Amino acid sequence: MTATTLDAHLAKRYEPALVLACLEIVLDFGVAGGLAGGLLIGTGAGLLLIGNGRIAGASGIVRDFLGFAFDGAWLERAVFLAGLILAPLAYASIAGAPMLEAPFSAPVMALGGLLVGVGVAYANGCTSGHGVCGLSRFSTRSLAATVTFMATAAATVFLVRHVVGA
Amino acid sequence: MRLLVSALAGALFGIGLLISGMADPSIVLGFFDVAGTWNPQLAFVIGGALAVMVPAWRLARMRREAWTGGPLPGPASTIIDTKLLGGSALFGVGWGLSGLCPAPSLVALGFGGAPFWAFAAAMCVGLLLPRLIASRRSATA
Repeated sequence: MTATTLDAHLAKRYEPALVLACLEIVLDFGVAGGLAGGLLIGTGAGLLLIGNGRIAGASGIVRDFLGFAFDGAWLERAVFLAGLILAPLAYASIAGAPMLEAPFSAPVMALGGLLVGVGVAYANGCTSGHGVCGLSRFSTRSLAATVTFMATAAATVFLVRHVVGA
Repeated sequence: MRLLVSALAGALFGIGLLISGMADPSIVLGFFDVAGTWNPQLAFVIGGALAVMVPAWRLARMRREAWTGGPLPGPASTIIDTKLLGGSALFGVGWGLSGLCPAPSLVALGFGGAPFWAFAAAMCVGLLLPRLIASRRSATA
């Protein structure tokens, strides 16, 4: 079906304004990218779970990679991280991707990184471990962690944008 | 074979993070900015990931071992203590400040400048700190 006949078809069967409004929601709110990305994240985590019996928790993988935990799975962590970092670059070289903007300069971002690092080390998991892998097995421990870090993240954004930045 | 599965899982995870917007601080901070112009994109990311992972756990429970032969994860820990909640609270403050959490921050390294490298370097230090402190404590005790 060519574009013009598709247009005519849509106009005949649906209210054009409604189609436009739906399309606008999908594009504006990143529904398509968010959903497609989420499905890929789930597929990667699911493959690691059923394929290797491992939980795709980024903070634990990075910690044990850096800590040289030679428990037979160190190389598995290394290639997971290599895939995680290099595949998006390969994808972007074909599909293209915009450069990212940080909200703050290096010193504040470093403070953020330190808080994230120490926090996930004590909590034994982050958005991937507690959020994706924990919530999907209905773990109350992971639910408690996820509710806590989402709440303090939202509170911090509120403080930075509407109290300090106001 | 285990290495191949690991690399492929990492690759899918990474590309998913990039196209989902999780690696973009402006989208993440927009999601948490409920008092401003709220951007709901991350809700779809979490929804999409759970839509695959809930059945994946169900499948895992029906199996005796992983495809590559190793054991599957045991039952989840149920301990909810101050370490879990305090650590999560700290993590959220860092996430809300920077817009980055661990996995996406590594993906972002290829697409951002010095602030992203500063974040990742500090995060790596932070990840190892609790263990260093604990081992020093046990050494002096």
